[in-house]
Order: sequence, then C-alpha cells, then structure tokens
Amino acid sequence: MFIDFFFMLRRKGVPVSIKEWMSFIEALYEGHFQSNLNHLYHIGRAFLVKSEAYYDAYDLAFQEFFGGIATEDVELDKVLGWLENPLNRLPKMSPEEIMEFQRQLEEFKRTHDLEELMRQFRERLKEQKERHDGGSKWVGTGGKSPFGAYGYHPGGIRVGGESWMQSASKVATERRFRNYRNDIILDVRQTKMALKKLRELKREGTEEELDIEETIDKTAKEGGEIELVFSKSRENSVRIILLMDTGGSMLPYTELCEKLFSAATQANHFKEFRYFFFHNCIYQDIYEDMANYKNVPTEKLFSLFNKNYKLILVGDARMAYSELFEVNGCIDYFSTNDKPGLDWLSRIRDHFPHSVWLNPTHKNFWGHYTVDTIGKLFPMYELTIDGLKDAIKALTSKTRNLLHQ
Amino acid sequence: MAGGSQGYSGSDDYIASKALMEIVNVAVILKKPLVVKGEPGTGKTLLAHSIARALNKKLLIWNIKSTTKARDGLYVYDTVQRLNDARFKDKDISDIRQYIKMGKLGQSFSSDEQVILLIDEIDKADIEFPNDLLNELDEMSFHINELDEEVTAKHRPIVIITSNSEKELPDAFLRRCLFYYIEFPDGEMMEKIIKVHYPDIEDKLVREALKKFYWIREMDGLKKRPSTSELLDWIKALALGGIKIEKINNEIPFLGTLLKNEQDTDRFVRVSTNQGGFGFRRR
Repeated sequence: MFIDFFFMLRRKGVPVSIKEWMSFIEALYEGHFQSNLNHLYHIGRAFLVKSEAYYDAYDLAFQEFFGGIATEDVELDKVLGWLENPLNRLPKMSPEEIMEFQRQLEEFKRTHDLEELMRQFRERLKEQKERHDGGSKWVGTGGKSPFGAYGYHPGGIRVGGESWMQSASKVATERRFRNYRNDIILDVRQTKMALKKLRELKREGTEEELDIEETIDKTAKEGGEIELVFSKSRENSVRIILLMDTGGSMLPYTELCEKLFSAATQANHFKEFRYFFFHNCIYQDIYEDMANYKNVPTEKLFSLFNKNYKLILVGDARMAYSELFEVNGCIDYFSTNDKPGLDWLSRIRDHFPHSVWLNPTHKNFWGHYTVDTIGKLFPMYELTIDGLKDAIKALTSKTRNLLHQ
Repeated sequence: MAGGSQGYSGSDDYIASKALMEIVNVAVILKKPLVVKGEPGTGKTLLAHSIARALNKKLLIWNIKSTTKARDGLYVYDTVQRLNDARFKDKDISDIRQYIKMGKLGQSFSSDEQVILLIDEIDKADIEFPNDLLNELDEMSFHINELDEEVTAKHRPIVIITSNSEKELPDAFLRRCLFYYIEFPDGEMMEKIIKVHYPDIEDKLVREALKKFYWIREMDGLKKRPSTSELLDWIKALALGGIKIEKINNEIPFLGTLLKNEQDTDRFVRVSTNQGGFGFRRR
C-alpha cells in the first residue's frame, strides 16, 4: 500500500532511488518517528528528496497521496480524551488467539482497503459521543474495534499518543518551493562530468609535492645527507576558448547552451577558460557579452591565444548563403565585412588545430549548404551528452583529424 | 523519541525551525550524515555549533577548500619528519605510527566519545570529492596503507555537511545522506533571530527595518541579495547610529551594509525612484 507513495513520487518526477526508499522504510519500522503526518512529511522529504529543485514535486505527490486523509476536521482533543488512561492496556492472549488474529488480519487485509477504513473511522467519529473502553465498535482503548489505542484489532487504525491527523497536507498544499523548481541546473552536473574528461595533466606551477623516490635516491647518493626533492603537482593544462552563436535561430536552444555554458564556467579545472559570442557567423569582430555590445577584433584571437588553446564553437551553423560566402553578407544591417565569413572561419580553423563545432540541432537537420560547408571545416558534433563526449575525444586526441586538413 | 523535549531542540543562540530540529534528531538517532543546503547566511554552519552545544558534544570542523582532497580528511603520513628524524638518529623511527597524523574525519573516528563532525562547504572542493568519501562515510572506517591497519569509528560521529550549491553534489553521495534545504527565514523567524543577537533592541525599529529588508530582497535583478548577516549588521548600525524610526520609513540609511556592490546600489536607486509612492528620492 505504502509503496504506492514511492511510485507516486517517481511519477511526479522525484528521482527517488530504491536505496533511499528502503532506508526510509527501515527507519519507519524501527519506530523512530512520531505518528504524525507533519512529521512524516518532513522526515520523508529528508530521506527521499535530495535537491530543493524537487521539493515542489514532492509537495504535489504528498498532497495527492495523503491529502485525502486530513481533509476533515476531527475533534482530536475529544477523541484523545477517550483514549487516555486505558483500563486494560494489553489483553492477555493465548497462542491460539494470536493465531486466530493473524488469520483475521489476513482476512481483513483482503476485504478492506485503507480508504474504506478511513471512511468508517470518520463515520464512527461522527456518531460517537463518549469514551469507550473495551468493546468492538467504538473508538476507544483496549477493545477490538479497528479504531483506537492499546487495543487489538488486526489492521486497524491506531489513534494514540501523538496527534497524527495534523495538517501536513496543509504544508504540502502551500507549495512554497515552487520557485525552487529549476529544471536548468538539473543536468549541468552531467555536462560538467563530460567536460571533466577534457584534461591533460602536466606538472606545472610551484614545486610543492614531495617526490619520495627522488628524495631517497638523492639522499643515498649524498651518503645519508638528506636531500629533499619536490616536484610540481600535476595540474590540468587545458586552455579553452568557447565561441557561442547568439543569433536568432539559436533561440530555441538557449536553455541547452546555457547548460553547457554554466557547466563550463563552473568547472574550475581548466587552466584557462575564455568565452566570446558571435551573431550567426564570425567576421572581423567577436563579442565579449551575449548582447553583442562589447566587440573584440577577431584578430585578437590569433594574437592572444596560441595554437595550444582548444576551441569549441557552438552554433547551428545555419544561415543565409550570403552570410557565409559573400562580402558584406553580415546579417546586421549596420555592419559590413570586407571578407566573407568563410574566410574568417578558415583562418580560425588554421590557427587552432584543436577545434570542434557543437551543433544544438539534431543531425537529421544538418542537410543545409552552410551547415555542410562549416561541417567540412570543423568536426561537427551534436550538442548532447554523447556528442559532447565525442567532441572532447576529438579535442584531446594528439593528432589533428586529417579528414579536415 | 525525536522532537519535542528530548534530543536537539535548538540552543540559546540559534533558532531552528521545528522541521529542522526533527530532521537533526533523526540524523542523530540513525547516525546518518545530514546535508544542509541553503543560501549564504541561513545559518548552515552555525547549526553544527548549535547541535554541539545542545547535545554537549565536541565539534570537529573540516573546512573544505578547492584544493582539499578526500585523503586529507583521513590521515597524512609525515614523510619529511620521518626522514629528518632518521638523519639525526635521536628517535626510533621504526614506528611509523608516530608519523601518521589523523585528519578531521580520522579524528572523529578515533575519538573515545561521540563527536560532531562538520564538513563545511563541501561544494568548494573538486567535483569528485564527495564520491571519494562515500565508503568512509558509509562504513565509517578507512584503511591506513602505511600501517596496513583499519581505522573503524568507535562511535559513529554525527556528520553535518554544508553546501552552498555552487556545484551539484553527486547522486550516489546524496543517496546516503539525509537532506535539508534551509529556506530563507520569513519575517517572524527573522524577528526571533534578531532578538537572539540583540536582545535589547526596540521592537518597532526591528519591524520597520524588516519591512524594508524584505522589500529590498524581493527586488528583481539584484546580483547579491542581502542575507541574514547583512541584516544583522544593518540593524546594529541603525541602533548604534540612533536613527529615528521615521527616517527608515523615508530613506534607507547605511545602505552600504545591505548592498555591497555598485550595480546593486544603482539598481536599488532606479527601482525606488520609479515607485512613486515610496517617497525615496535620490540625494
């Protein structure tokens, strides 16, 4: 029955794992918790939801699953009053009776479901006006009614100790975490893990790691006079330049590119990470900001960065024929270019032997003359996790892809 | 047990919400690591201090930096010291044990009483860092290669891990922990927090200041929204400066304590002058 909550969570998009669910259930069975919906709400969330981005989905699932339970106002104090000071806490039972109860329990499970029981419970509460001890119908203590405390009813509802019909579902219905739903950040980590592969470990920087082998060798040679040898620690020497298209046709892929961009900026394992933007195609200027206000001469790319920089271009490579092949073909009316875009792209390709082009559009849509032409200049990959992995493999390979020479 | 009168229920100088208390208690009982995430200034680090005080246990703090390796928390083998000692032969160097220095995690395992271990700002370290700690936190034991010895926790420490969500933590790591996101305190809660820090401050001043504070926080387009610590500084400045309450209504004195960069101040001025009814004028 309760397992349905697990499936409900998964259906609502909370990535609960079996391990998390099991440890939650174990903790429940060990009886560490108060039988109180509010408590269950918070504890369940701590066990099952590991990012505030899913808090809202959890609220929705909780509300749907437990929502029905607390909809009616129960005069809890009154009911609890009936249950105080039980006359006969635990009825003594013989083994035969226990067997009988187990049989009844099975029977009960078969014939009743929780909802039916809850309905009866609510009805019974409405009818009941006073305290009951013993007996088999009313909410009370020590009896055999399915409802009450300290009693014996197979599979019944225990009302006792703590109030458990509190308003957790009220907390859930508030949905305070709606603003934390942030679907963008969710697979930034995946992207980062892929980018992590982009490294070349080299010994660089200050000498701070003790080289034990060398130290022992040197010391032995010096006849026991200790000679400490330090070496540089291994560091990633990869330097990256990211060039991103901010043109209009890229709009549908903004989110995807944002993911790549935030993953790359957050991944602090690069020796150097620079980024620039362009509009549809590259001409004599590239830009430092997305809005294309602060321009930098493209020539600077060649003077500032040597061929060891790895270049990643991101764009759909889809543009008008003139934008790529013609002088003054630039899409911005206020801008002119005395060399066609293709010339600039070829120069970039020649300067940076390690370069790839990531295309956010699906491979099936690459059949376009400008995409084809650019695809012949730069090895082109889809902007997906797999495509990114392939692109990184190409970037880190020692030899340049001859196909594109 | 859990909650209520027993176990952790906040301490004199720390206000925790009921839900957080419950979860801390569950973490204590089940001895599961608790990951606490939230905006800066929501009291993540202070939580561990507060738990330590409330439960009267020793607190070990492992501050994580970008260069921290998982191994640093377990132990360090001081080779240089040993080599040095070997040179002068005034010490018995055959016992490697004396050159093994326990890190914070190692200390918390080998302690004779249960301690609280705060792993502060785990997201500062390398993206793989939490994964390197998986086994150690799960089994609460690790191996010292130099001694070929297993260090097992005598008493499983209560582990509190804080994260500023600069980086996403790996799923496998999170699966083994309890998770709690500290929301930014609401007005009511904030009033309590202020009272804890400045018990003698005037109620009316606090209320007016809070009104303004949340108004600024809700402003769109701020680079860094002011947090609790900025609010506390500001209120202190207001109280010390003997600012009249009416004055807070009309302008915001000591704005620099709340907004720390120029762009935000500009943005603030722009927004507040556009909202005519507010009556804030650029001076």
